[in-house]
Amino acid sequence: MANPARYWREIPQRYRLEAARCTSCGEISYPPRLACRKCRSRKFESVVLADEGKILTYTITRVGPSQLADLTPYAVGVVELEGGVRIMAQIADCDFEELAIGQRVRLEFRKIQEDGQAGILCYGHKCVPV
Amino acid sequence: MRDVAILGVGINKKWGELWEMSLRDIFVEAALNAVDDAGVDHVDSMYVGCMSSGLFVGQEHLGCLMADYLGINPVPATRVESACASGGAAFRQGFIEVASGTSDIVLVGGVEKMTDVSGDEATYALSAASDMEYEAYHGITFPGLYALMARVHMERYGTTREQLAHVSVKNHKHGSFNPEAQYPFAISVEDVLGSVMVADPLRILDCSPITDGAAAVVLCPLEMARKISKQPLVKVLASAQASDSIALHSRSDLAWLEAVHRAGEKAYKMAGKTPKDIHLAEVHDCFSIAEILALEALSLVEKGKGGQAAESGMTALGGKVPVNTSGGLKSKGHPVGATGVAQVIEITRQLRGSAGDRQVERARTGLTQNMGGTGGSSVVHILEAV
Repeated sequence: MANPARYWREIPQRYRLEAARCTSCGEISYPPRLACRKCRSRKFESVVLADEGKILTYTITRVGPSQLADLTPYAVGVVELEGGVRIMAQIADCDFEELAIGQRVRLEFRKIQEDGQAGILCYGHKCVPV
Repeated sequence: MRDVAILGVGINKKWGELWEMSLRDIFVEAALNAVDDAGVDHVDSMYVGCMSSGLFVGQEHLGCLMADYLGINPVPATRVESACASGGAAFRQGFIEVASGTSDIVLVGGVEKMTDVSGDEATYALSAASDMEYEAYHGITFPGLYALMARVHMERYGTTREQLAHVSVKNHKHGSFNPEAQYPFAISVEDVLGSVMVADPLRILDCSPITDGAAAVVLCPLEMARKISKQPLVKVLASAQASDSIALHSRSDLAWLEAVHRAGEKAYKMAGKTPKDIHLAEVHDCFSIAEILALEALSLVEKGKGGQAAESGMTALGGKVPVNTSGGLKSKGHPVGATGVAQVIEITRQLRGSAGDRQVERARTGLTQNMGGTGGSSVVHILEAV
Protein backbone atom coordinates (compact mmCIF):
# COMPACT_ATOMS: atom_id res chain seq x y z
CA MET A 1 0.00 0.00 0.00
CA ALA A 2 1.62 3.23 -1.15
CA ASN A 3 2.45 5.62 1.65
CA PRO A 4 2.02 9.34 1.00
CA ALA A 5 3.96 10.35 4.14
CA ARG A 6 7.15 8.96 2.71
CA TYR A 7 6.93 11.31 -0.28
CA TRP A 8 5.43 14.23 1.59
CA ARG A 9 8.36 14.54 3.95
CA GLU A 10 10.90 14.86 1.14
CA ILE A 11 8.96 17.68 -0.58
CA PRO A 12 11.23 20.54 0.57
CA GLN A 13 14.19 18.70 -0.97
CA ARG A 14 12.48 17.39 -4.07
CA TYR A 15 10.31 20.36 -4.95
CA ARG A 16 12.43 23.27 -3.73
CA LEU A 17 15.98 21.84 -3.67
CA GLU A 18 16.30 22.80 -0.01
CA ALA A 19 19.62 21.76 1.47
CA ALA A 20 21.67 22.57 4.58
CA ARG A 21 25.07 24.20 4.83
CA CYS A 22 27.25 23.36 7.84
CA THR A 23 28.05 26.57 9.68
CA SER A 24 31.38 25.13 10.81
CA CYS A 25 32.96 23.93 7.57
CA GLY A 26 30.61 25.04 4.80
CA GLU A 27 29.85 21.54 3.49
CA ILE A 28 26.41 21.39 1.91
CA SER A 29 24.24 18.38 2.78
CA TYR A 30 21.51 17.41 0.34
CA PRO A 31 19.27 16.14 1.76
CA PRO A 32 19.84 17.94 5.08
CA ARG A 33 21.27 15.84 7.89
CA LEU A 34 21.63 16.05 11.65
CA ALA A 35 25.42 15.74 11.61
CA CYS A 36 27.80 17.15 9.02
CA ARG A 37 29.41 14.42 6.97
CA LYS A 38 32.68 16.28 6.78
CA CYS A 39 33.18 17.71 10.27
CA ARG A 40 30.36 16.17 12.34
CA SER A 41 29.15 19.55 13.55
CA ARG A 42 25.41 19.71 14.35
CA LYS A 43 24.73 23.31 13.27
CA PHE A 44 23.38 24.13 9.82
CA GLU A 45 21.77 26.95 7.89
CA SER A 46 19.22 26.49 5.13
CA VAL A 47 20.34 26.93 1.58
CA VAL A 48 18.86 26.18 -1.83
CA LEU A 49 20.80 24.28 -4.47
CA ALA A 50 21.81 25.91 -7.71
CA ASP A 51 19.72 24.70 -10.63
CA GLU A 52 22.48 24.53 -13.21
CA GLY A 53 25.44 22.25 -13.51
CA LYS A 54 27.22 19.68 -15.64
CA ILE A 55 27.02 15.94 -16.25
CA LEU A 56 29.78 13.95 -14.54
CA THR A 57 28.61 10.58 -15.87
CA TYR A 58 25.46 9.12 -17.39
CA THR A 59 23.85 5.91 -18.57
CA ILE A 60 20.81 4.93 -20.63
CA THR A 61 18.54 2.66 -18.60
CA ARG A 62 17.20 0.04 -21.00
CA VAL A 63 15.85 -2.37 -18.38
CA GLY A 64 14.22 -0.35 -15.65
CA PRO A 65 11.68 -0.52 -12.84
CA SER A 66 8.10 -1.26 -13.88
CA GLN A 67 6.78 2.12 -12.79
CA LEU A 68 9.02 3.75 -15.40
CA ALA A 69 8.16 1.29 -18.18
CA ASP A 70 6.52 3.98 -20.32
CA LEU A 71 9.64 6.11 -20.13
CA THR A 72 12.18 3.36 -20.87
CA PRO A 73 14.77 3.76 -22.27
CA TYR A 74 15.71 6.89 -20.34
CA ALA A 75 18.95 8.63 -19.47
CA VAL A 76 20.06 9.18 -15.88
CA GLY A 77 23.29 10.47 -14.47
CA VAL A 78 25.30 12.19 -11.77
CA VAL A 79 25.17 15.95 -12.12
CA GLU A 80 27.45 18.41 -10.36
CA LEU A 81 25.58 21.62 -9.64
CA GLU A 82 27.16 25.08 -9.37
CA GLY A 83 28.45 25.18 -5.80
CA GLY A 84 29.71 21.60 -5.89
CA VAL A 85 26.75 19.52 -4.73
CA ARG A 86 26.24 16.37 -6.76
CA ILE A 87 22.89 14.75 -7.35
CA MET A 88 21.42 11.81 -9.23
CA ALA A 89 18.86 12.88 -11.82
CA GLN A 90 17.27 11.75 -15.03
CA ILE A 91 18.38 13.60 -18.14
CA ALA A 92 15.25 14.47 -20.07
CA ASP A 93 14.49 15.99 -23.47
CA CYS A 94 17.79 14.82 -24.87
CA ASP A 95 19.20 12.90 -27.78
CA PHE A 96 21.09 9.94 -26.30
CA GLU A 97 23.76 10.27 -28.97
CA GLU A 98 24.55 13.81 -27.83
CA LEU A 99 25.03 13.05 -24.16
CA ALA A 100 28.55 13.66 -22.94
CA ILE A 101 30.53 13.97 -19.76
CA GLY A 102 30.89 17.69 -19.07
CA GLN A 103 27.64 18.65 -20.81
CA ARG A 104 25.94 21.62 -19.19
CA VAL A 105 22.42 21.04 -17.86
CA ARG A 106 19.61 22.88 -16.10
CA LEU A 107 17.26 21.36 -13.50
CA GLU A 108 13.55 21.40 -14.22
CA PHE A 109 10.66 20.40 -11.97
CA ARG A 110 9.20 17.20 -13.37
CA LYS A 111 7.01 14.25 -12.44
CA ILE A 112 9.33 11.40 -11.55
CA GLN A 113 7.00 8.42 -11.09
CA GLU A 114 3.69 7.19 -9.68
CA ASP A 115 3.61 4.86 -6.70
CA GLY A 116 1.12 2.06 -6.57
CA GLN A 117 -2.50 1.59 -7.56
CA ALA A 118 -3.45 4.85 -5.87
CA GLY A 119 -0.90 6.48 -8.12
CA ILE A 120 0.66 8.85 -5.60
CA LEU A 121 2.33 11.37 -7.88
CA CYS A 122 6.00 11.73 -7.13
CA TYR A 123 7.76 14.86 -8.30
CA GLY A 124 11.32 16.08 -8.35
CA HIS A 125 13.87 17.43 -10.75
CA LYS A 126 15.22 16.15 -13.98
CA CYS A 127 17.97 17.86 -15.87
CA VAL A 128 17.75 19.11 -19.39
CA PRO A 129 20.71 19.85 -21.64
CA VAL A 130 21.36 23.58 -21.92
CA MET B 1 42.86 -12.18 20.34
CA ARG B 2 43.16 -15.86 19.50
CA ASP B 3 44.10 -17.19 16.10
CA VAL B 4 41.06 -18.48 14.24
CA ALA B 5 40.86 -21.41 11.84
CA ILE B 6 38.27 -22.56 9.34
CA LEU B 7 37.29 -26.01 10.48
CA GLY B 8 34.61 -26.87 7.96
CA VAL B 9 32.96 -25.57 4.80
CA GLY B 10 29.74 -26.42 2.99
CA ILE B 11 27.70 -25.22 0.03
CA ASN B 12 24.31 -26.53 -0.99
CA LYS B 13 24.59 -28.94 -3.90
CA LYS B 14 24.13 -26.42 -6.66
CA TRP B 15 23.36 -22.75 -7.02
CA GLY B 16 20.74 -21.53 -9.44
CA GLU B 17 16.96 -21.44 -9.71
CA LEU B 18 16.08 -23.89 -6.93
CA TRP B 19 12.34 -24.15 -7.38
CA GLU B 20 11.89 -27.09 -5.01
CA MET B 21 13.88 -25.54 -2.18
CA SER B 22 12.73 -22.95 0.32
CA LEU B 23 14.92 -20.33 2.00
CA ARG B 24 15.27 -22.46 5.11
CA ASP B 25 16.01 -25.67 3.18
CA ILE B 26 18.78 -24.02 1.18
CA PHE B 27 20.46 -22.62 4.28
CA VAL B 28 20.16 -25.81 6.31
CA GLU B 29 21.59 -27.96 3.51
CA ALA B 30 24.69 -25.78 3.30
CA ALA B 31 25.02 -25.54 7.07
CA LEU B 32 24.79 -29.32 7.53
CA ASN B 33 27.48 -29.78 4.86
CA ALA B 34 29.74 -27.39 6.78
CA VAL B 35 29.08 -29.08 10.12
CA ASP B 36 29.84 -32.51 8.59
CA ASP B 37 33.03 -31.18 6.99
CA ALA B 38 34.05 -29.79 10.38
CA GLY B 39 33.21 -33.01 12.20
CA VAL B 40 31.72 -31.16 15.18
CA ASP B 41 28.70 -32.27 17.16
CA HIS B 42 27.68 -28.81 18.39
CA VAL B 43 28.18 -25.10 17.77
CA ASP B 44 28.25 -22.28 20.33
CA SER B 45 26.82 -19.52 18.17
CA MET B 46 25.64 -18.80 14.65
CA TYR B 47 25.57 -15.84 12.26
CA VAL B 48 23.32 -15.72 9.21
CA GLY B 49 24.17 -13.36 6.39
CA CYS B 50 21.19 -12.43 4.24
CA MET B 51 20.43 -9.17 2.45
CA SER B 52 16.70 -9.24 2.12
CA SER B 53 14.68 -12.29 3.07
CA GLY B 54 11.94 -9.79 3.95
CA LEU B 55 11.57 -8.41 0.45
CA PHE B 56 12.22 -11.71 -1.33
CA VAL B 57 10.13 -14.15 0.74
CA GLY B 58 8.54 -12.02 3.44
CA GLN B 59 10.55 -13.69 6.21
CA GLU B 60 12.58 -11.97 8.93
CA HIS B 61 14.08 -13.28 12.19
CA LEU B 62 16.46 -15.54 10.29
CA GLY B 63 18.83 -16.23 13.18
CA CYS B 64 15.97 -17.79 15.07
CA LEU B 65 14.49 -19.59 12.04
CA MET B 66 17.76 -21.15 10.92
CA ALA B 67 18.82 -22.19 14.42
CA ASP B 68 15.42 -23.82 14.78
CA TYR B 69 15.56 -25.70 11.48
CA LEU B 70 19.17 -26.67 11.96
CA GLY B 71 18.11 -28.16 15.30
CA ILE B 72 20.50 -26.08 17.35
CA ASN B 73 18.15 -24.10 19.59
CA PRO B 74 18.90 -22.57 22.14
CA VAL B 75 22.22 -21.46 20.62
CA PRO B 76 22.38 -17.67 20.01
CA ALA B 77 21.90 -16.84 16.33
CA THR B 78 21.97 -13.43 14.65
CA ARG B 79 21.23 -12.16 11.17
CA VAL B 80 23.80 -9.81 9.70
CA GLU B 81 22.95 -7.44 6.87
CA SER B 82 25.22 -5.30 4.74
CA ALA B 83 23.52 -5.58 1.34
CA CYS B 84 25.73 -7.71 -0.94
CA ALA B 85 28.41 -7.80 1.78
CA SER B 86 26.07 -9.54 4.24
CA GLY B 87 27.94 -12.83 3.96
CA GLY B 88 31.37 -11.30 4.42
CA ALA B 89 30.14 -9.18 7.30
CA ALA B 90 28.57 -12.25 8.94
CA PHE B 91 31.88 -14.11 8.55
CA ARG B 92 33.69 -11.18 10.16
CA GLN B 93 31.32 -11.26 13.13
CA GLY B 94 31.88 -14.99 13.52
CA PHE B 95 35.63 -14.45 13.34
CA ILE B 96 35.46 -11.74 16.01
CA GLU B 97 33.38 -13.96 18.31
CA VAL B 98 35.97 -16.75 18.17
CA ALA B 99 39.03 -14.47 18.19
CA SER B 100 37.76 -12.65 21.25
CA GLY B 101 37.28 -15.85 23.19
CA THR B 102 33.53 -15.33 23.46
CA SER B 103 32.78 -18.64 21.70
CA ASP B 104 34.78 -21.62 20.53
CA ILE B 105 32.79 -23.08 17.65
CA VAL B 106 30.84 -20.61 15.51
CA LEU B 107 28.81 -21.43 12.42
CA VAL B 108 28.55 -18.69 9.81
CA GLY B 109 26.17 -19.11 6.92
CA GLY B 110 24.93 -16.88 4.14
CA VAL B 111 21.81 -17.39 2.07
CA GLU B 112 19.50 -15.70 -0.40
CA LYS B 113 16.32 -17.02 -1.99
CA MET B 114 15.69 -14.69 -4.91
CA THR B 115 13.41 -16.56 -7.31
CA ASP B 116 10.12 -16.54 -5.44
CA VAL B 117 9.52 -13.02 -6.77
CA SER B 118 9.31 -11.64 -10.30
CA GLY B 119 12.35 -10.13 -12.00
CA ASP B 120 10.93 -6.69 -11.36
CA GLU B 121 10.44 -7.34 -7.65
CA ALA B 122 13.93 -8.84 -7.39
CA THR B 123 15.34 -5.72 -9.03
CA TYR B 124 13.46 -3.58 -6.51
CA ALA B 125 14.79 -5.62 -3.58
CA LEU B 126 18.35 -5.29 -4.88
CA SER B 127 17.95 -1.56 -5.41
CA ALA B 128 17.44 -1.25 -1.66
CA ALA B 129 21.23 -1.41 -1.38
CA SER B 130 21.31 2.07 -2.89
CA ASP B 131 19.92 5.33 -1.50
CA MET B 132 16.21 4.72 -2.04
CA GLU B 133 15.22 8.35 -1.71
CA TYR B 134 18.02 10.04 -3.64
CA GLU B 135 19.28 7.38 -6.07
CA ALA B 136 16.64 4.70 -6.77
CA TYR B 137 13.86 7.31 -6.62
CA HIS B 138 15.24 8.90 -9.76
CA GLY B 139 15.11 5.64 -11.69
CA ILE B 140 18.72 4.51 -11.45
CA THR B 141 19.06 0.72 -11.29
CA PHE B 142 21.97 -1.35 -10.02
CA PRO B 143 23.40 -2.08 -13.45
CA GLY B 144 22.87 1.65 -14.05
CA LEU B 145 24.95 2.64 -11.03
CA TYR B 146 27.83 0.45 -12.12
CA ALA B 147 27.41 1.68 -15.68
CA LEU B 148 27.94 5.22 -14.36
CA MET B 149 31.21 4.11 -12.77
CA ALA B 150 32.24 2.21 -15.88
CA ARG B 151 31.76 5.27 -18.08
CA VAL B 152 34.04 7.37 -15.86
CA HIS B 153 36.67 4.62 -15.80
CA MET B 154 36.55 4.25 -19.57
CA GLU B 155 36.73 7.98 -20.23
CA ARG B 156 39.49 8.64 -17.71
CA TYR B 157 41.74 5.61 -18.22
CA GLY B 158 40.80 4.40 -21.68
CA THR B 159 39.36 1.12 -20.38
CA THR B 160 37.58 -0.53 -23.30
CA ARG B 161 34.33 -2.43 -23.76
CA GLU B 162 36.39 -5.48 -24.71
CA GLN B 163 38.35 -5.30 -21.47
CA LEU B 164 35.11 -5.40 -19.48
CA ALA B 165 34.00 -8.40 -21.52
CA HIS B 166 37.23 -10.24 -20.73
CA VAL B 167 36.29 -10.23 -17.03
CA SER B 168 33.05 -12.12 -17.72
CA VAL B 169 34.78 -14.45 -20.17
CA LYS B 170 37.53 -15.29 -17.66
CA ASN B 171 35.08 -15.90 -14.84
CA HIS B 172 32.91 -18.15 -16.98
CA LYS B 173 35.99 -20.09 -18.04
CA HIS B 174 36.77 -20.69 -14.36
CA GLY B 175 33.15 -21.46 -13.57
CA SER B 176 33.08 -24.14 -16.24
CA PHE B 177 35.31 -26.14 -13.89
CA ASN B 178 32.94 -25.64 -10.95
CA PRO B 179 30.07 -28.16 -10.75
CA GLU B 180 28.35 -26.06 -8.08
CA ALA B 181 28.19 -22.99 -10.34
CA GLN B 182 24.89 -21.66 -11.67
CA TYR B 183 26.27 -21.22 -15.20
CA PRO B 184 29.19 -23.64 -15.53
CA PHE B 185 29.98 -22.95 -19.18
CA ALA B 186 32.38 -20.80 -21.13
CA ILE B 187 31.33 -17.69 -23.06
CA SER B 188 33.21 -15.58 -25.58
CA VAL B 189 33.95 -11.86 -25.88
CA GLU B 190 31.58 -11.82 -28.88
CA ASP B 191 28.85 -13.34 -26.71
CA VAL B 192 29.27 -10.53 -24.18
CA LEU B 193 29.42 -7.74 -26.75
CA GLY B 194 26.38 -9.12 -28.56
CA SER B 195 24.23 -9.57 -25.46
CA VAL B 196 21.34 -7.23 -24.76
CA MET B 197 22.15 -3.79 -23.39
CA VAL B 198 20.94 -3.26 -19.84
CA ALA B 199 22.38 0.19 -18.97
CA ASP B 200 24.88 1.67 -21.38
CA PRO B 201 27.63 0.48 -21.57
CA LEU B 202 26.82 -2.62 -19.49
CA ARG B 203 25.17 -5.60 -21.17
CA ILE B 204 23.41 -8.56 -19.60
CA LEU B 205 26.60 -10.66 -19.75
CA ASP B 206 28.41 -8.00 -17.74
CA CYS B 207 25.94 -8.61 -14.90
CA SER B 208 25.86 -11.29 -12.23
CA PRO B 209 22.59 -13.27 -12.17
CA ILE B 210 19.66 -13.79 -9.82
CA THR B 211 20.46 -16.92 -7.83
CA ASP B 212 19.20 -19.10 -4.99
CA GLY B 213 21.96 -20.51 -2.84
CA ALA B 214 23.69 -20.76 0.50
CA ALA B 215 27.19 -21.29 1.86
CA ALA B 216 28.42 -21.97 5.38
CA VAL B 217 31.65 -22.32 7.34
CA VAL B 218 32.53 -23.47 10.85
CA LEU B 219 35.15 -21.43 12.71
CA CYS B 220 37.11 -22.39 15.81
CA PRO B 221 40.34 -21.38 17.55
CA LEU B 222 43.42 -22.48 15.60
CA GLU B 223 44.66 -24.39 18.64
CA MET B 224 41.46 -26.43 18.71
CA ALA B 225 41.66 -27.01 14.95
CA ARG B 226 45.19 -28.38 15.31
CA LYS B 227 43.76 -31.09 17.59
CA ILE B 228 40.50 -31.97 15.89
CA SER B 229 40.62 -30.91 12.23
CA LYS B 230 40.23 -33.62 9.61
CA GLN B 231 41.34 -31.22 6.87
CA PRO B 232 44.52 -29.25 6.12
CA LEU B 233 44.53 -26.20 8.38
CA VAL B 234 43.50 -22.77 7.11
CA LYS B 235 43.93 -19.71 9.34
CA VAL B 236 42.11 -16.40 9.11
CA LEU B 237 45.09 -14.04 8.98
CA ALA B 238 43.09 -10.83 8.71
CA SER B 239 39.57 -9.50 8.84
CA ALA B 240 38.74 -5.89 7.99
CA GLN B 241 35.74 -3.82 7.05
CA ALA B 242 35.06 -0.23 6.00
CA SER B 243 32.16 1.97 4.96
CA ASP B 244 31.67 4.78 2.47
CA SER B 245 28.71 6.96 1.49
CA ILE B 246 25.66 5.03 0.41
CA ALA B 247 25.05 7.20 -2.64
CA LEU B 248 27.46 6.98 -5.55
CA HIS B 249 27.12 10.71 -6.18
CA SER B 250 28.47 11.46 -2.68
CA ARG B 251 31.80 9.77 -3.41
CA SER B 252 34.75 12.00 -4.14
CA ASP B 253 35.91 9.74 -6.98
CA LEU B 254 33.22 8.07 -9.07
CA ALA B 255 35.64 5.42 -10.41
CA TRP B 256 37.27 4.36 -7.14
CA LEU B 257 36.16 2.07 -4.32
CA GLU B 258 37.44 3.81 -1.18
CA ALA B 259 35.79 1.41 1.29
CA VAL B 260 37.41 -1.54 -0.51
CA HIS B 261 40.75 0.24 -0.42
CA ARG B 262 40.54 1.00 3.31
CA ALA B 263 39.38 -2.52 4.20
CA GLY B 264 42.17 -3.91 2.04
CA GLU B 265 44.83 -1.73 3.65
CA LYS B 266 43.66 -2.71 7.14
CA ALA B 267 43.66 -6.37 6.16
CA TYR B 268 47.18 -6.28 4.68
CA LYS B 269 48.41 -4.53 7.82
CA MET B 270 46.70 -7.00 10.16
CA ALA B 271 48.11 -9.92 8.17
CA GLY B 272 51.57 -8.43 7.89
CA LYS B 273 51.31 -8.87 4.11
CA THR B 274 51.50 -6.75 0.99
CA PRO B 275 49.46 -7.13 -2.22
CA LYS B 276 52.44 -8.95 -3.76
CA ASP B 277 52.04 -11.75 -1.18
CA ILE B 278 48.54 -12.61 -2.37
CA HIS B 279 48.53 -15.76 -4.49
CA LEU B 280 44.87 -15.68 -5.44
CA ALA B 281 41.70 -13.75 -4.67
CA GLU B 282 37.94 -13.94 -4.79
CA VAL B 283 36.58 -10.46 -5.52
CA HIS B 284 33.09 -9.05 -5.87
CA ASP B 285 32.36 -9.09 -9.61
CA CYS B 286 28.68 -8.14 -9.30
CA PHE B 287 29.32 -6.45 -12.66
CA SER B 288 32.39 -6.80 -14.88
CA ILE B 289 33.54 -3.27 -14.03
CA ALA B 290 33.36 -4.11 -10.31
CA GLU B 291 36.18 -6.64 -10.60
CA ILE B 292 38.34 -4.05 -12.36
CA LEU B 293 37.63 -1.46 -9.68
CA ALA B 294 38.21 -3.98 -6.87
CA LEU B 295 41.61 -5.05 -8.20
CA GLU B 296 42.71 -1.40 -8.27
CA ALA B 297 41.34 -0.62 -4.80
CA LEU B 298 43.10 -3.69 -3.39
CA SER B 299 46.36 -2.50 -4.99
CA LEU B 300 46.62 -5.79 -6.89
CA VAL B 301 47.02 -3.66 -10.02
CA GLU B 302 47.95 -0.01 -10.50
CA LYS B 303 45.09 2.50 -10.33
CA GLY B 304 43.60 2.91 -13.80
CA LYS B 305 45.16 -0.30 -15.14
CA GLY B 306 42.48 -2.72 -13.91
CA GLY B 307 41.10 -3.18 -17.42
CA GLN B 308 44.27 -4.93 -18.51
CA ALA B 309 44.18 -7.61 -15.81
CA ALA B 310 41.66 -10.06 -17.30
CA GLU B 311 42.54 -9.19 -20.91
CA SER B 312 46.24 -9.96 -20.37
CA GLY B 313 45.63 -13.23 -18.54
CA MET B 314 47.15 -11.92 -15.31
CA THR B 315 44.07 -12.91 -13.31
CA ALA B 316 43.26 -16.17 -15.11
CA LEU B 317 43.94 -19.66 -13.75
CA GLY B 318 47.59 -20.14 -14.52
CA GLY B 319 48.21 -16.40 -14.45
CA LYS B 320 50.16 -14.29 -11.99
CA VAL B 321 47.25 -13.80 -9.52
CA PRO B 322 44.22 -15.95 -10.35
CA VAL B 323 41.04 -14.03 -9.46
CA ASN B 324 37.66 -15.70 -9.04
CA THR B 325 38.69 -19.28 -9.73
CA SER B 326 35.21 -20.23 -8.46
CA GLY B 327 33.68 -18.52 -11.47
CA GLY B 328 33.01 -15.35 -9.50
CA LEU B 329 29.58 -13.90 -9.01
CA LYS B 330 29.07 -13.91 -12.76
CA SER B 331 29.36 -17.64 -13.42
CA LYS B 332 28.99 -19.17 -9.95
CA GLY B 333 25.95 -17.03 -9.19
CA HIS B 334 25.19 -14.31 -6.67
CA PRO B 335 22.70 -15.36 -3.99
CA VAL B 336 23.41 -12.09 -2.28
CA GLY B 337 23.82 -13.05 1.37
CA ALA B 338 25.74 -16.21 0.53
CA THR B 339 28.39 -14.69 -1.72
CA GLY B 340 30.76 -13.43 0.97
CA VAL B 341 30.81 -16.81 2.68
CA ALA B 342 31.24 -18.67 -0.62
CA GLN B 343 34.29 -16.54 -1.42
CA VAL B 344 35.88 -17.71 1.85
CA ILE B 345 35.01 -21.30 0.94
CA GLU B 346 36.71 -21.10 -2.46
CA ILE B 347 39.90 -19.73 -0.96
CA THR B 348 39.76 -22.34 1.81
CA ARG B 349 39.44 -25.15 -0.72
CA GLN B 350 42.33 -23.72 -2.73
CA LEU B 351 44.52 -23.46 0.37
CA ARG B 352 43.58 -27.03 1.37
CA GLY B 353 44.58 -28.23 -2.10
CA SER B 354 41.09 -29.56 -2.79
CA ALA B 355 40.00 -27.30 -5.64
CA GLY B 356 40.27 -30.06 -8.25
CA ASP B 357 40.41 -28.79 -11.83
CA ARG B 358 40.50 -25.21 -10.53
CA GLN B 359 43.49 -25.76 -8.24
CA VAL B 360 46.02 -22.94 -8.14
CA GLU B 361 49.51 -24.40 -7.76
CA ARG B 362 51.26 -23.64 -4.46
CA ALA B 363 48.37 -21.52 -3.19
CA ARG B 364 49.23 -20.48 0.36
CA THR B 365 47.77 -16.98 0.88
CA GLY B 366 44.39 -15.92 -0.46
CA LEU B 367 42.22 -12.82 -0.20
CA THR B 368 38.46 -12.34 -0.32
CA GLN B 369 36.76 -9.02 -1.02
CA ASN B 370 32.99 -8.67 -0.57
CA MET B 371 31.13 -5.40 -0.98
CA GLY B 372 27.67 -3.95 -0.60
CA GLY B 373 25.82 -1.70 -3.00
CA THR B 374 28.12 0.45 -5.09
CA GLY B 375 30.90 0.01 -2.54
CA GLY B 376 29.23 1.60 0.46
CA SER B 377 30.49 -1.27 2.58
CA SER B 378 33.31 -3.71 2.04
CA VAL B 379 34.76 -6.64 3.95
CA VAL B 380 38.19 -8.09 3.19
CA HIS B 381 39.66 -11.28 4.60
CA ILE B 382 43.09 -12.81 4.14
CA LEU B 383 43.45 -16.56 4.70
CA GLU B 384 46.62 -18.62 4.86
CA ALA B 385 47.42 -22.30 4.78
CA VAL B 386 49.03 -23.33 8.05
